[in-house]
Amino acid sequence: MRTRIGEYPARAAAAIREAPEVRESVTGATLAFDRKRRHAYSGVNADRWRRWAEAVKNHALTHLDDHLTEAEERLEANGAHVHWAADAAEARRIVTAIASDHSVATVVKGKSMLTEEIDLNPALEDAGVEVLETDLGEYILQLLDEPPSHILGPAIHKSLHEVRDLFADRLGAEPGSDPDALAEAARRVLRDAFIHADMGITGGNFLVAETGTVALIENEGNIRLTTSLPRVHIALVGIEKLLPRMTDLAGFLQLTARAATGQPIGCFVSLIQGPASRPGDDGPEEVHVILVDNGRTDVLAHPHAWEALRCLRCGACLNACPVYRQTGGHAYGYVYSGPIGSVLDPGLLGLHEAMPLPFASSLCGACFDACPVRIPIPELLLEWRREAQEQGLTPWKERAALAGLATVATRPGLYRLAGKIGSRLGGTGAARALPMLGNWARERALPQPSRHTFRELWREGIE
Amino acid sequence: MNVALFVTCLADHYFADAAADTVRLLRHLGCTVTFPDAQTCCGQPAYNAGRNAEALRMARHTADVFADAEAVVVPSGSCATMVKKFYADLMREPARRSGPAASRGNNRGTHATALPERTWELGEFIVHRLGVKELGDGLVGRRVAIHQGCHALRELRLESEPAVLLEGAGAEVVPWEAQDECCGFGGLFSVKMSAVSAAMADRKLDTLPPVDWVVSGDGGCILHLDGRSRARRLGTEFVHLATALWRGISRGAGTSDDGRLADSAPASAGRRGNATATS
Repeated sequence: MRTRIGEYPARAAAAIREAPEVRESVTGATLAFDRKRRHAYSGVNADRWRRWAEAVKNHALTHLDDHLTEAEERLEANGAHVHWAADAAEARRIVTAIASDHSVATVVKGKSMLTEEIDLNPALEDAGVEVLETDLGEYILQLLDEPPSHILGPAIHKSLHEVRDLFADRLGAEPGSDPDALAEAARRVLRDAFIHADMGITGGNFLVAETGTVALIENEGNIRLTTSLPRVHIALVGIEKLLPRMTDLAGFLQLTARAATGQPIGCFVSLIQGPASRPGDDGPEEVHVILVDNGRTDVLAHPHAWEALRCLRCGACLNACPVYRQTGGHAYGYVYSGPIGSVLDPGLLGLHEAMPLPFASSLCGACFDACPVRIPIPELLLEWRREAQEQGLTPWKERAALAGLATVATRPGLYRLAGKIGSRLGGTGAARALPMLGNWARERALPQPSRHTFRELWREGIE
Repeated sequence: MNVALFVTCLADHYFADAAADTVRLLRHLGCTVTFPDAQTCCGQPAYNAGRNAEALRMARHTADVFADAEAVVVPSGSCATMVKKFYADLMREPARRSGPAASRGNNRGTHATALPERTWELGEFIVHRLGVKELGDGLVGRRVAIHQGCHALRELRLESEPAVLLEGAGAEVVPWEAQDECCGFGGLFSVKMSAVSAAMADRKLDTLPPVDWVVSGDGGCILHLDGRSRARRLGTEFVHLATALWRGISRGAGTSDDGRLADSAPASAGRRGNATATS
């Protein structure tokens, strides 16, 4: 997938300057999600749950080979077809081949970040297949031809009045409709699509190895319909989504919902193990599970970044993040945005492609406190920064300035002299000429140095 | 109690008065304060940028400077965090990152491993080491909002300390919707991602309730918020925790006619918004 990550600083600045309504929508939505998440965490021993979840995920990730083959065996025993896709292109080929085998004309989709990651919709459309997103947020964005801006709430950057105008224009909804009426307008289109679609495509929140079960969490019921009405169902699942045992799933369903939306559990949980067992039973005639790598084994091999593979895609870190809150996800230029994107994208895409995301953080640590699987995001950001420095991916002026700081700061005499000169110049216009302070001064008044350094006050004697 | 002040490079140059108030405060609470003159920067700018070799050099220098100190007090949550939490990470695998410099001076690691336990953020030191929570009534009638820096808040978990001390001096701590949110400083972040950083400051400033002072134990956050506030001509007054507490103590001790205090009292402060950084 082509990314626009490198444009982050400029696109973020433009978003803040030109789209205050996006900032307002995203801020309101993420703060509300975050409040609910905190409340939901406070109702249980969240610290213990998170440590347990971290341990289970670590086990799964360090025994991926065993559990993946176990999952494959169980799924095939249940009558599902299992495919392995090493990269995005292979995943797209597998999906379009299945569509072609079954003469599929229309596809309904549940929300799936993995299908965004592998650019699935354009590939299907190129193959002559009509694709309809059925998650309400995704449906809104499909009408607008926009990518999702949040892992969980893809359209949280849209305000109610924008959706009103869109639905009035495109679906003939009454102008000024309330949210229920808007959902009803979308439902009329989507219900019809569910009934007539040839194939349903979803992601998967979890894949339980022990039983060969794909678990899907949702609130709208669209995934339940996507996985049960069409005659073929494809679930695309990242290989890191494994859970060893069914008993693990019980904990993860509750933890994920609490982290994501503050709910004790999602409104709908679908457990998919295979096709309808007898003709005439509910469910699809064929179920395909595509296990997608697309860079994940490279991340797993990384000495630090592998921890990001614990990610449940709950979006809690985005909701907690004051950096994300200012722009929403589009500024990041890739499907995985916010704190988790800033540590996952360098692993999935290569650090060079993901620059400068590791630097798009004030390291405030709110993401770690929110993360249900305790991904040490601030530490991983620092780790990527170290690698960026080692690979020479940062501006030379910055490297020179920090090398200079270290030289001065390990020579007290030189440090005192530099401090004295800096104090004299700091508050004057001369400071604006410095590469770092010039940026600072665009949006802030220059800091005023103290008239005397503390050292000088100390020498004079402090009364 | 003997206390070595690690003033930090930022406070040395931009918050000299707050640093002096730190000394006054600690002396008032019965401490003998020393100032090891060879101290410089903790190394956090390099550490946060991913320049571990440089950060390690500065960490070793700092560890040497404070090798003999019984307790090191830092009037900055962020720099205290650097010493208390990140030095250990830096020292743990010096060979991996720091290149040739790592092979010499390994014996000095002992100072460094001990330094984190001997180092205290100012509010933490007063509440937990000295056990002081009552500081008189000098701040009665004063309405304050607290901005605790993120490192103090989420790395050191110093959540209540500033409020305990300010209320312990009689101030009314006013709840702030965005109280626990990052101000957007982040050192290098405020320069590299300047627009996002300024927007984060705006979120803090736009939700600020009416107060006399915004009090913070971190000069970096004050520099950033105050810079943004002055650029927007909001007139908000930012006061370092040490200065706020010292103002309370000196007034409570009946020295409200003291020229220094009167000079820095908000009612007469002509330099709105930067009283702690200048004067």
